[in-house]
Amino acid sequence: MTDRQIMTDDEIRRAIVRISHEIVEKQAGTQGLALVGIQRRGVPLARRIADAIEEHERVRVPVGALDITFYRDDLSLVAQQPIVKGTDLPFDLNGTTIVLVDDVLYTGRTVRCAMDALIDFGRPRAIRLAVLIDRGHRELPIRADHVGKNVPTSREEIVKVHVAETDGRDEVSIARQARAEEPATAGNQ
Amino acid sequence: MTAETEAASTAAVKTAGAAPGASWHHRHLLDLDVVSWPEIELIMRTTDEMKGILARPIRKVPALNGRRVTTLFYEASTRTRVSFETAARNLSADVVSVSTATSSVTKGESLVDTIRTLEALGAEILVMRHSVSGAPYLAADIFGGHVLNGGDGWHAHPTQALLDLYTMRQHLHGGDLHGRKVAIVGDILHSRVARSNVWSLTAAGADLWLCGPATLLRGMDRWAAAWAGGAIPGHGRFHVTSDVNEALRDADVVMALRIQRERMQGGLLPSLREYAARFGINAQRVALARPDAIVMHPGPMNEGVEIAPDVATSGRAVITEQVTNGVAVRMALLYLLAGSHDPAHSGEAGR
Repeated sequence: MTDRQIMTDDEIRRAIVRISHEIVEKQAGTQGLALVGIQRRGVPLARRIADAIEEHERVRVPVGALDITFYRDDLSLVAQQPIVKGTDLPFDLNGTTIVLVDDVLYTGRTVRCAMDALIDFGRPRAIRLAVLIDRGHRELPIRADHVGKNVPTSREEIVKVHVAETDGRDEVSIARQARAEEPATAGNQ
Repeated sequence: MTAETEAASTAAVKTAGAAPGASWHHRHLLDLDVVSWPEIELIMRTTDEMKGILARPIRKVPALNGRRVTTLFYEASTRTRVSFETAARNLSADVVSVSTATSSVTKGESLVDTIRTLEALGAEILVMRHSVSGAPYLAADIFGGHVLNGGDGWHAHPTQALLDLYTMRQHLHGGDLHGRKVAIVGDILHSRVARSNVWSLTAAGADLWLCGPATLLRGMDRWAAAWAGGAIPGHGRFHVTSDVNEALRDADVVMALRIQRERMQGGLLPSLREYAARFGINAQRVALARPDAIVMHPGPMNEGVEIAPDVATSGRAVITEQVTNGVAVRMALLYLLAGSHDPAHSGEAGR
């Protein structure tokens, strides 16, 4: 299969800066705001958004990590055991506006799991959603508040997000699956 | 994570997974002899996550939502049974609890018939305790789902050994048991806890000592000698002794085992009082161990026999932590077993 680049490192950087402004604008400040990245690639993206907010607002908003493995509804469908990567929410969720951060929004099932998981930790004032890529094909009534890039895809395609923190470089590419059985790599695990 | 969900939600289900490190392939957990060290470490990591759930305001996740866990206990138990049932409920599984005292077993129903009946009633994961060594292996042969051994005869108690290992790792600096001295003192002969601990602790590289009166060590020296030459790949040697001072000297972990009065026929011990005097874990004996040594007991305790009351309640005792960790370890195992790929059942597992 061949990969086609759809975002360069500069484009990713600009998208993150824009999302950071949108988040602060929507909240009318940084008061009561917290970012929660969904494991794995949502976590570095959430940190980068927090860095960008710090740069223009001079305030560090709290950042957490959320693992949704135990909230998935497809344990019996996956061929191999999902590996748990850890949840760390070092702040009180009650009354906070939580911005969930993930790399790709696709069916919406991950986000549903993440909302279920968050609500088990407390009662946020609001939950919003920021994603780097929205590739369509929703199976649940979920919509992102902040989107880095909308990418029309077919279901046979794989969107691969690489971030420097885990993959050594920043890039988003799109690949066509050769066969349904072929194990996906990197961004699609 | 997004991607895993992506894959699972389409026809391309098989593209999920392939995570680095060990993965779980066992359909049953009957003993630790067939569980590799990387698999044990996977259990320990999964247990860490389960501990995280137990620390939350809502101690419940939907991971096993709709899955059916049945506990079948042919032997008295409070902590193991309650621990398994709590673990299953924390994962949102449906729990059915069969107590043989009030079941058709008292009408003479055989083990095989009972298991077939429970399967027909929808059991998917069977947690079983039986007084006959090997009974869970028979169950695993005929049961279509997963069997988890909750203790069989003198043979094995794998979840206890895993919670013991988890508790030791929490307390030993760096979480590494390599070269650390672990002394297990008591009725080794009748102890499934000791036997399962031999597998996990020798795999961990611990300096393991089994200690008790010679009558309660019968056969262990042959087992130890057979292993001494490195006969079992991945497992280190262990020591057997009736000298309690030798076993406890500079130990990092002291584990007392219950003197099992119900198994104590045939004059293996002169008296419980003599046992307490010669082998009981009391303050003087604990003083032989390292100053930061921990004291463990799988319970239920006979205080004043195998362990002195002041030791059991001292700051070194981690006995209640063992119980708490037991729930987390059992959550991890239920989760791993429920997700293990089972071709025979993949059709109906989709809910």
